[in-house]
Amino acid sequence: MNERPVLFDLAWQFAALALMSIGGIIAVVPEMHAAVVERHQWMAAQDFVTLFALAQAAPGPNVIVVTLIGWRVAGGLGALVATVAVSTPSFLITYGASRIWRSVSGKVWYRVCERGMAPVTIGLILSSGLLLSTVAIDHWGSLAITVLTVLSLLKWRNSPLIALALAALAGLAGFA
Amino acid sequence: MSAETEIGAADERRVGNLDLFLAFSGISIMGFGGVLPWVRWMIVERKHWLNEEEFVNALSLCQILPGGNVMNIAVYIGARFGGLSGAISAFVGLLLAPCLIVLALGGLYQAYGHLPAVQGMFRGAAACAAGLILGMGLRLAWRYRRDLRALPVIAITILAMVWLKAPLLLVLATVLPASLALAWFTRPQ
Repeated sequence: MNERPVLFDLAWQFAALALMSIGGIIAVVPEMHAAVVERHQWMAAQDFVTLFALAQAAPGPNVIVVTLIGWRVAGGLGALVATVAVSTPSFLITYGASRIWRSVSGKVWYRVCERGMAPVTIGLILSSGLLLSTVAIDHWGSLAITVLTVLSLLKWRNSPLIALALAALAGLAGFA
Repeated sequence: MSAETEIGAADERRVGNLDLFLAFSGISIMGFGGVLPWVRWMIVERKHWLNEEEFVNALSLCQILPGGNVMNIAVYIGARFGGLSGAISAFVGLLLAPCLIVLALGGLYQAYGHLPAVQGMFRGAAACAAGLILGMGLRLAWRYRRDLRALPVIAITILAMVWLKAPLLLVLATVLPASLALAWFTRPQ
C-alpha cells in the first residue's frame, strides 16, 4: 500500500479524536478503537488493547498510546505524525484560551460547563473501560485480573504500576 | 508579539524555555499512571510558579478544554510564563521522553511479543489496564451516586457508546448539550 494515504489518515483521525477528547484521551478510546480496528483495520482488537496496556505501563500522559499506534501502523514517521496530529488541536485551543482567561473559577458559565460535562466524561471513561474489558477478557483468568484490579483501585490508592506488574506476573505464570 | 506582552505585562514573572522544558520533562518521567499529582507538586511546591489557588484555577480551565488535562496544563503554564515559545517548550518537554520510552517498549514487544511467555504477560497486563480504566471511572462516578441529575446522563452515555455503539460525535452533539442544559437549569442561584 502507498504510504502517503496511511499517514494522511493517521493525521486526520487523531486530529479529529483530539477535538472530541472532552475529558482527556481515555474518553475517546471507544472511538479510537472504532477508527483503528474497524474502519481502517490497521490492527486486531487484541493488538489495540495490548498497545493500550503498554502505554499505561510507560510513564507520562495517556496520549502516548497514540504515538504507539502511529508507530505500529506506519513506523517512526507514523509515530511522529500521529503524535503531532493528536497534540496540535489541544495545544492551539489551550494556548488561545489561556490568553483569554486567567481564571474561570468564579464565573457562572464555567460552573455550568463543569457540572454539565462531568457526567458525560465519566460515562465516556466507563465506556472505555467496558470496551477494553470486553476485548481483554477471554476467560476466567483475565476476568479475575480485571475484577481484582477494579476492586484494588476502589480500596487503595496504590500505584497502577504495581497492579500492572502483578497482572503481568500472573499472565507469565499462565493465569491469564 | 502583542498578545505575548499582554500576558507578560499582567504577570511580571518570566520563566526560561529550558526551565519549562526540564520541569515538564521531570513531571512526565515521574508520572506512572497518573501525572497530575506530580504536576501540582512541581508547579506549586517545588518551583512556586503558582500558588495552590492559582493552580486549581488553571486546572479548572484545562479540564473543560479538549485534550488531556496534563497536556493542557503544560501549555497554560508555558504560555503564562514564557509566551508561545514557553508553551512549546513545556509541551515538548512533557511529551518527548514518554514518547521515546513507549516506543522503546513497543520495540521490545515487537522483538519478543511472539514468545508465549511474553504473550501471557501482555494478556495479564491488558486485562489489568482495562480494570484500571473501569476503576477510575467508578471512582469518579461514586461522587455522583446520589445525584439524580448526573446519574441518568452517565447511564445514557454508556448505553449510547457501548450498547448502541453510537459514534462519539453523535453522543457529544446530543447528550452533551442536554447535560449542559440540565446543569444550567439546576444551577445554584
